[in-house]
Amino acid sequence: MTGSSTLVVAVLALAAGTYAFRLAGPLLRSRVAFPPRAERLLETGAVVLLAALIATTALTEGDGAAGVARPAGVAVAGVLAWRRVPFLAVVLTAAATTAVLRLLGVP
Amino acid sequence: MFIVLGVHSIWRTLTRAQRRDIALVSMAVGVTALSYGAIAVSSGFPLWLPLLMAPLVVAGSAEFLFVGIVGAGGSPVAAVLAGLLVNARHIPFGLALPDVLGRGWRRLLGTHLMNDESVVFALAQSDARRSRAAYWACGLGILVCWPAGALAGAALGTAVRDTDAFGLDAMFPAVLLALVLPALRDRGTLRTALAGAALALAATLVLPPGLPVLLALAALPLAWRAAGRQPAEAPR
Repeated sequence: MTGSSTLVVAVLALAAGTYAFRLAGPLLRSRVAFPPRAERLLETGAVVLLAALIATTALTEGDGAAGVARPAGVAVAGVLAWRRVPFLAVVLTAAATTAVLRLLGVP
Repeated sequence: MFIVLGVHSIWRTLTRAQRRDIALVSMAVGVTALSYGAIAVSSGFPLWLPLLMAPLVVAGSAEFLFVGIVGAGGSPVAAVLAGLLVNARHIPFGLALPDVLGRGWRRLLGTHLMNDESVVFALAQSDARRSRAAYWACGLGILVCWPAGALAGAALGTAVRDTDAFGLDAMFPAVLLALVLPALRDRGTLRTALAGAALALAATLVLPPGLPVLLALAALPLAWRAAGRQPAEAPR
C-alpha cells in the first residue's frame, strides 16, 4: 500500500483540482457577460450533462452493462416523474423496485 | 452565528416538501457513503483516508474511483488524474449555475458545495431565491452526510458493504431524473439531451470514466436554434 504522506498529497491534489473546477464556472460568469443565447445554451448544457450522468449511472457499471434491476428501477422513476408523482415517492419507488427485483434474483 | 442565521433563512425559504426532498437526498448520499467508507477500509486504507477525502473532495464517484485505483495497487498520480477527469463536469455545471453562491466568504464555501445534486436542485427551482436556498440546503446536507456516512461505514466495515441490496444505486439516477424532467418537457432540450446521453453511453465502451459524460456536450449544437428562438430579449 502507498505511504501515508503520498496519500495525503494525492488527496490534497484531488481536492484542490476539484475546487478549482468548481470555482472556474462562477468566476468566469462574474467576469464575462454572456449573450442571452449563450446563457440558454449553457443551461441546456447542464441538462445534457445530467441526462448523460443518468444514462451512464443507470445503465452501465464499470465498462459493462448494469444488469436489469437498476435500469428497471430508474425507468419506473422516469414514468412516475413524468406523471408528476411527488419527488419522494418517485425516488423511494425506484429504490424499492430495484431492491425487490434483486431479492427475486434479477441481476 | 452568521452560519446559523444563514441556515435558518435558507430553511425558511423552502417549502416543507422541498425540505423533505432535500433531506431524503442527503440521507441517501449518507447511506452510499457507508459503502464508500467500508470499501475504503476493507481495501486496506487507514481510517483517516476516507475521513480526509470525504469533506475535502465531496464528489462520490471520483472518491470511489480513487480508492478503487490505489486500493488495487495503481499509482496515486493515476488515481488523482482519473478523479479529476470525473470531476471536470463541475466546470460546465458552474457555467450553467444561476447566481446562488453569494459574496465574500460565502462564495468560498458555496463553491465547495457544488455537486450533481445541489446543481440539479438549484436548476429545478422557479425563482432565484428558491434556487439559492435549495442549492445551499442540499449542498450543506451532503457536506455533512457524506463524511458522516463514510465514518460510520469505515467503522462498521464489511457489515455494510453491499448497499446495492436496498436499491440504493438506482436512487442517484432516479433523483437526477425526477429533478431534470421538467426541463426535458421542452422538445429541443429533450432531443439534445437524448442525443447527448446516447453519445455518452456509446463512449463508455471506449473512454475512461468522466470523459463519456463530457462528450455528451457535443450534442449541444442541436440546441443552438432553440436557444436563439426563446423569449425575445433586447439586443445588447
